[in-house]
This record gives sequence, C-alpha cells and structure tokens, in this order.
Amino acid sequence: MKLSRRKFLKVTSGVVGGGVAAELGLLGVNTAAAAAKANKVPIKKGKQVPSICPYCAVGCGQIVTVSDAGEIVDIQGNPDSPINQGTLCPKGSATFQLVKNEERWTTVKYRAPGSDRWEEKPLDWAMHRIAELTRKTRDANFNEFQDLPDGKGGTVKKRVMNTYALASLGGATMDNEWNYLHQKLMHGLGVVYLENQARI
Amino acid sequence: MGSNMAECHPVAFRWPLKARTDHDAVLMHVDPRFTRTSAACDVHVPIRAGSDIVFLGAIINHVINSKRWNEDPFFREYVVNYTNAATLVNPEFKDTEELNGVFSGLAPNGKSYANASWSYQRNAAPAKGKGGLGPFSDLLLQQVPGRPKTDPSLQDPQCVFQIIKRHFARYTPDLVGRVCGCTPEQFLKVADTLLNNSGRDRTSNITYAVGWTQHTVGVQIIRAAAMLQALLGNIGRPGGGVLALRGHATIQGSTDIATLYHSLPAYLNMPDGRKNHETLKDFILTEAGPVATSYWGNYPKFAVSYFKAQYGAAATAENDYGYNYHPRITGDHSHMPMMLDMAAGKIKGFFVMGQNPAVGGQNARLQRKALAKLDWMVVRDYFETETAAFWRNSPEVLSGELKPADIKTEVFFLPAAAVAEMEGSFTNTQRLLQQHDKAADPPGDARSDSWFTYRLGKLLKEMYRDSPLELDWGIKNLAWDYDPEPKEVAPWRIKDEPSAYKLLKEINGYTVADQKPLATFANLKEDGSTICGAWIYTGVVPEEGKNNAARRKPDDWISPNWGFAWPANRHIMYNRASADSQGNPWSEAKKLIYWDPAADSGTKDPAGNPVKGKWVAPSGEGIDFQPTKAPGFIGKDAALGFDWLSGNDAFIMRPDGKAWLFVPAGLVDGPLPTHYEPYESPVKNLVYQQQVNPVAKVWQVNGNSYHAVADPKFPIVVSTYRLTEHHLSGTMSRWLPWLAELMPELFCEISPELAQEKGIKNAEYVTIHTARGEIQARALVTRRMKPFTIDGKKVHEIGIPWHWGWQGNAAGDVANDLVAMVGDPNVSIHEGKVFTCDIRAGRKGGRI
Ligand code: SF4
Repeated sequence: MKLSRRKFLKVTSGVVGGGVAAELGLLGVNTAAAAAKANKVPIKKGKQVPSICPYCAVGCGQIVTVSDAGEIVDIQGNPDSPINQGTLCPKGSATFQLVKNEERWTTVKYRAPGSDRWEEKPLDWAMHRIAELTRKTRDANFNEFQDLPDGKGGTVKKRVMNTYALASLGGATMDNEWNYLHQKLMHGLGVVYLENQARI
Repeated sequence: MGSNMAECHPVAFRWPLKARTDHDAVLMHVDPRFTRTSAACDVHVPIRAGSDIVFLGAIINHVINSKRWNEDPFFREYVVNYTNAATLVNPEFKDTEELNGVFSGLAPNGKSYANASWSYQRNAAPAKGKGGLGPFSDLLLQQVPGRPKTDPSLQDPQCVFQIIKRHFARYTPDLVGRVCGCTPEQFLKVADTLLNNSGRDRTSNITYAVGWTQHTVGVQIIRAAAMLQALLGNIGRPGGGVLALRGHATIQGSTDIATLYHSLPAYLNMPDGRKNHETLKDFILTEAGPVATSYWGNYPKFAVSYFKAQYGAAATAENDYGYNYHPRITGDHSHMPMMLDMAAGKIKGFFVMGQNPAVGGQNARLQRKALAKLDWMVVRDYFETETAAFWRNSPEVLSGELKPADIKTEVFFLPAAAVAEMEGSFTNTQRLLQQHDKAADPPGDARSDSWFTYRLGKLLKEMYRDSPLELDWGIKNLAWDYDPEPKEVAPWRIKDEPSAYKLLKEINGYTVADQKPLATFANLKEDGSTICGAWIYTGVVPEEGKNNAARRKPDDWISPNWGFAWPANRHIMYNRASADSQGNPWSEAKKLIYWDPAADSGTKDPAGNPVKGKWVAPSGEGIDFQPTKAPGFIGKDAALGFDWLSGNDAFIMRPDGKAWLFVPAGLVDGPLPTHYEPYESPVKNLVYQQQVNPVAKVWQVNGNSYHAVADPKFPIVVSTYRLTEHHLSGTMSRWLPWLAELMPELFCEISPELAQEKGIKNAEYVTIHTARGEIQARALVTRRMKPFTIDGKKVHEIGIPWHWGWQGNAAGDVANDLVAMVGDPNVSIHEGKVFTCDIRAGRKGGRI
C-alpha cells in the first residue's frame, strides 16, 4: 500500500511544480526527475527558523533561513511538515519576495484631507493621531441606549453600548493572536462594524 | 464540487492524488469549467453555475431509493443511530412540495421565516433536575425539553426520512439534465461511484471551496452535501466528511476567534439588542437554552470565562462580569451593509488591516466611492494597495468623477511586518494550529499587526484611565497586559511587541487564582474562577511554557504531535461515528476510535472497584466523545450536556446528539436545501414557481442595480475565480516579480461558440459589463468553456479571475466592479460565483 517517495513524486510532481509544470505533468511529460532534483537543492546556509506559508489555508510548513547578519536569505518548504513534505506551490515558493521586495513600504505615509500627495511621518506621531481620532469619533458617536423593535410593532429602549461610526475590516492572513487582541479592543470600544475576510 | 483544488489549494491536492495511487480512489470533479482539477480527475461533469442543489438533491434521491442503500444494513445502522432520520417533525410543517417552493412559516411579506413549524415532536418535559451545577446551569436545567419522538422503523410519514424522501422525489436524473445541463448518464456515473465507494469498508469525501459558498443559497448547498454524506455514513470516519478548502493562512482562525460582527470568540453569539439579552442571565438562557442538551450545555462556563478574559479583575459576579458594558449588535453589520453605510456617510473612521476592499470587495466601485466618504482611514499592509491609493489614482479619480481635493478622507498607511518577521499561530483549513517563529525584525517602521492593536489599545486606555463615565467602563477596564518578558525580545531591535505567548495562554485559558493554564475545557468554571478567551482552543497551552501549536513531530498518518487540532487535538470531529452502534470499528480498513470493554477506564464505581471500558484510538487521535461513556449508555432526561447524551449520540454539539438531515432551528431559509435560481439568472426556475431564495439579502440602492430574470441585455452567466499564481486581491502577489511574470494580465475565459457569436478573437481585448460596472480583459478562447443547453435554451458562461487592480507589477481592471451586492441570508456572503453580464469585442471606450 505504501507509495515509494519516487513514485509519489512522479504522481504529484505536476501539482507540486504548479503552473506550467502542472500542465506538462498532465500531458504525460515526466517531471519526476526535475522535481527530485529540485528537492535536493541545498537550503542556503544560516539559522533555520520554522514558519508557515502566509498564503492559503493548506498551512504548508516553511523554513526561513537567516544569515549570520540576521537577514532573511531564503524561504523554502519544510520537509518535516506532514502537510507539504517540503513542497510548496508557486505562491509559497515566492514568499521570499514578499519579505525582500524593493516596493515594500517601510515608513508611515500620511495623506492629509484634500491633499494630492503622501507625506512621510514618524510612527509614533501617527499612532497618537490615530488614537486621538479613534477617541474623538467614538465619543461623539456613542450610543448607550437605542430604540429597537419590541416585536409587537412598537419600539422599546434597549441598552446597546456601541458606536456605528467606527469600522474595522481585517485580513485572514493575520495571526490568531492578533484576531484575539483586535476583537478585544474593538469590543472594548463598542465597535460593532467588525469584519474580516473570513466573511467572504 | 465548488472548488478548483489543483489550482487554488495545490499542495493539498497531492493527497487525493496519492489516495488514487494507494487506495484506488476515484476522483470526480463537478464544476462549470474544465480546470486544472478536472484535467487531473478521472471524471469531469460540467454543470451550470448555481445548479448544485439540483445535482446534490438528485444524488440524495438516487441513493435512498437504490438497491445497495436499502439492502446493505450498514447504511440503516448508521442513519438510524447517528442522524435525525427517525425523528418526528411537527405536523404543522409544510414542505416546498406543498407550498410551491417555499416552506411553512414564511411571513406575509415573504421576506422572513418563523421556524416554529419546523420543530421536533417531543415527549413531555422531564421532572425538574436537581441542580447544584452552578448559578446559570441550574436555570438552564429548568428549561430542558422532553426528548424528541422517533420512529426507528423510518416509516412514520412525519419522520425526517420520509419528509426527505418526498422532498427530493422530483430531483431526478432527467431534471438534472434539464437544469444543470449535463447528461443523465454523467450524473448517474457520479451518483453510483459515490454510493459504491461508501459503506463499511470504504468512505468518500466531498471537498468544496467558495464555489459553493458565494451564492444566495450557499449555506444550503453545503447542507445538501452534508446530508448526502450523513446518509452515506461518511461523517466522523477516516476518509469521509465534507471538507471546506478555505482561502487564507488563518481564515479559520479569524472565524474561530472571530473578528466578525455576529460572533464572540469560539462561536458564542454576540450580544444583540434585538434579542432578550438584557442581562448575562438573559443572554445565556436565550443562547444556550435551545442547545443545552449538547456539549453547549457548558455555555455558561464559556461565556463567563470570556467576560472574565475581557475585563479581568473588574469583572465580578456582582456586575454580571461586565456584561452590561459590552457592546450589542442591532442588525446586520457585515461587510456589505458596512460598506453601504459607509457610502451613506454613517461611518467616520475605518481600520483596514491586510484587506483590500477597493479590489476584493463585492461591487468594488461602490466600495471605493464609500472610502471617499470617510473622515479618516488607517491602512496596514506591505505595499501601496489600491485601497490605500484610492484617493490618488482610482478609476473614479482618473475619470474625474472624484477629485482628490474633494476627498476629505485623512489616510494613514502603516507598514506591516511579514509572517517571517513575527511570532504567532495560524489555524489552517483542517482546524490545525501551527506556530510560526520570528526569524528577523521587520524593516524600518514596519510592525506586526498585534503591535499596532496593542499600542493603540495602550494609548486609548491611557486616555480613558480616569473616566468616571459608564460608557467608558469597557475600555477603561479592558484587561490589557501583554508586555513581553525581557527574554522574549532580547534578540530583537523592536522591544515592545506584545507577547504572543501571553496572548495564546489567555486564548487557551487559565485559573484566576494561580494563573495556571487549563489543560482542557472540561476545567472551565461558571463562577468567575477561570479566564478563557476562546474555549475551543483550550489545550493549546496545556501547561506553563508549553505551546502545542509549536509541536513538530510528524508521523505517516494523523500526526497527533504536529501542531494542535482544535478541539482537544481531535482531527476528525464526531469520530464516535467511526465505530458502529456497539462501539466496534465498522471495518478493519476504516478503524479509528472504538470501545474497548476490557480497558481500565481509570474510574471507580461507588464500591471502589475499577470500572472497565473506554474509548481508545491507537493512532493517537483525540476522542470526540466522553471517554468512558459506553455505547449502550442511556442519557438522563433532566440533565445538561454530556449527562443528557446517550452512548450513540455521536454528534455531541447537536442538542439531540444526531447529525441533522433536517434542521429544526438555526437556518433562516428553510430546514432543507431547495433549488432556487441565482439572483441573476438567464433562466426561470424549472423546479418551483419560486424563482429565487425568498429571504436572500438584497440591497436596492444606487450603484447596486440588479438584472432581471432572463434579461436580454445581460444574457451571459459569469463566475469569478482564482489562479494558482495570485492571491486574492493581489496584494501578496502582484507586487512579487516572480508571480507577476507568471500571470501578468487579466483575462476572460470564453467558449469558441460564444467567441464566434460575438466576433471575439483569442488574445484580443473584450469588454464585459453589468449594471454595476465595466471592465476590459484579454480574451482566452478555450474549449474548456462550453455553452449549456438549459431546457432547450443555449446558455453561455464566461469566467474571470479577480486578482487584478491598477497598482502593482501586474495591473488590470477590477473584476469585482461587475459583481452585485446580494447575499446568502444565513451568513451574508455575496453571490460572486454566478451573476449575469454581457460581453463585446474590443476595449472599453470602443478601442480594439
Ligand atoms: S505553499 Fe501554496 S498550497 Fe501551500 S499553504 Fe502556501 S499557498 Fe497554500
């Protein structure tokens, strides 16, 4: 019943390689040799840190390699992971370019109301300004009570302790710990427009 | 079905391929398009987008009338013991068959259902239980209803099985041919293969993705699959189940620890001003009352421990654990109504973190215009996303419709840390929590998402520190102490990242008295002595300093020592059903957990003698059942949770312990799946007079117009979808040179027949338009797309990936500009997988 590693690669290499390799695999082109070779590519030298692919929900294991200078120099599939056994799809394989990317913004940018340009700002200034705006918006628009339908055609005054003036929309590639922290703060503030990519 | 697994979850697709090689699995793909998945499967059956319930309903009809299903005792034993097939339903219930496509209980205005007539018939309520369980549990105990009435012979005309039999009788292979557009033979091949590969020795799995969810009947499509799997005995067993392929690294985690308006962490409902939720007692009785005979009988412990986590020492029994200060929802505050309220100017401040609604949002044009109505917006991401740049160069600005000078939105862009630059955990699509370690500091002012929220919380708490106002109690008393230990940040430049360990420990739960982590959720209390952020994750930090999400010992089957599968490291939920009603494995091939009558249970009887018998799992799999409850155990009538459930009640989260073929409560659009046409469809509903889901969420507002049924202006069906080389709105892929080069430009898949009708040539530009928007794309004329013949009428379908926007290295039009905001009534997801449009040769504005 057990499949040899070699046979498994032959069966699955099309998918492992993704993209064009997948189509070649399906056309009957034997990509096993290439895939087996790809698996032997040595991981770059340095400290190996276990990580998880940031893209889809399959949860492939990754190994992040860090140089002696503390720089991330490579990201590859984790061969120990029972999910991906060292393989990654095109997105997972490209993770390194998500980290090391010239177009990545690493400073705070600010656009004043009505302005036609970004300005660079210190992080601390931005955090204070955002906190102040959050407080002002909340305090000006907080509802302790609200008239709500009583189910009999009338209304009844109900405690709501919320604000409809603040909204939050989060992605679904952000840590469980962030989700926990963020729902806690939003509920602490009374935010009810709290949504996430997980909806759609 | 509803998934292109080879393309969208490629590495996971290795495993079905391996199952084919190792176990002769047959892979079947039922999907409107011929995709990379179809190419790798043994069978591909094209069906018209939005006709899934007809296809699945017809399989149900075929299965329950088949010789094999009626003659093999396996199916009856599974169905009678583990599903609600035998349960008797209220005689007032009227099915779609009697009411022309709707169920009993539809309000006179046709917009909502009252579900009283969908309820079970029950025995008289039991004598009141003794109590002594706890202040809230004792009240719950007073509400326990009588047990549901059943007919294990499945003959009673009001039993669920007979209702289902009647309901699906009209779902025939011939109807499949007419509505879905495949041949009856293609259908029968799928139905028989499923049937023949389900049973004692073999199991079958159904896998889906957003191809099933993004519909106005999304929840009911998935329900149909779950019913079919329950009827085939494929739930709770290895190789069985209905597997959702979710799209993002921790989309499961964001659902579990919900940053969603309707839910508190771990599937507790959000307090709601419209319900009887005045006090914590009201909240618990309203929410837990109907489900207290399931494991949800522990709701009081989960809820009190959540409020303790929220407000810490300030939460006391006297102040209802701070419940009074917690916000209440008052309506649908989900993504679509949120953006509509923003467009109407009601929302002033907006946090957008790791999302890109300017591209990814339904009716994205409307969402971009909504951003211009804000006072301020914070965007946290890696690159200058379309959402961050909407005021500068969106299509609306370039066309002159909006002018930057008129857009008063104050915009902050805060750079985000990458996953490799922070420590934390993700929950993948199998409910598996996996830890990622921090490999390096993020560059410059980039910070983790948790850093942002933690820092913002600290600044706000400082502002409200001395407030005497009731309305500020919640923020003032929010427990907010996750400063890292010095050793956690010693190697790093950034010293004020919150401690991921402290956060995970609070999610896991601990005792108030000595701060010791809880090893299991069975240790939670309703008296305020435990704190727990999300009870389903309890066990991930079972003892101080130990993080089970960081376990990295694989094996060649379940790998119980790799990460942590919630709940309690159970990888296959409801796995009591992997053994028969006597507790024996159904077969050697499908052995998972079973009852060992000789094993020492570890407990003693009142006389002090050891009690024999317990459930065992040689694979190391967690047992999703009470470990020492014998198969023949009869639950107590006046009891909560496990005490009520019997030895065959495998589905411990259901208040009757059974898999629900018929849903007596919990869905807003009916107890059974029923075919309705998509909200926009080129054809009339051939199954019922009722055209669309009567209670679908509809927003008739400016900029969100809908197309009429069979509208001659919009005759073509369109689906949006994803590609291997890009991720969602493209934020994590269009800026990456490798991925941008692999898939540089937006295209539209068109059949040769449609191309000929419209004079479209391969690789040239086409313009696609709906009442919401207009986009251009390159034509990809391919035989992978085929027109369908629906009741004698030719119906064309096209497909468009939705990864592109105007920013990044691979730019293109926004496919979501075409999509309408219309939603599933249960979960408010939009109908992105099927709507109507028209297409013409040439670019927008008439250029070639
Ligand atoms: S490597 Fe590909 S399949 Fe694996 S988690 Fe990443 S995106 Fe998903």
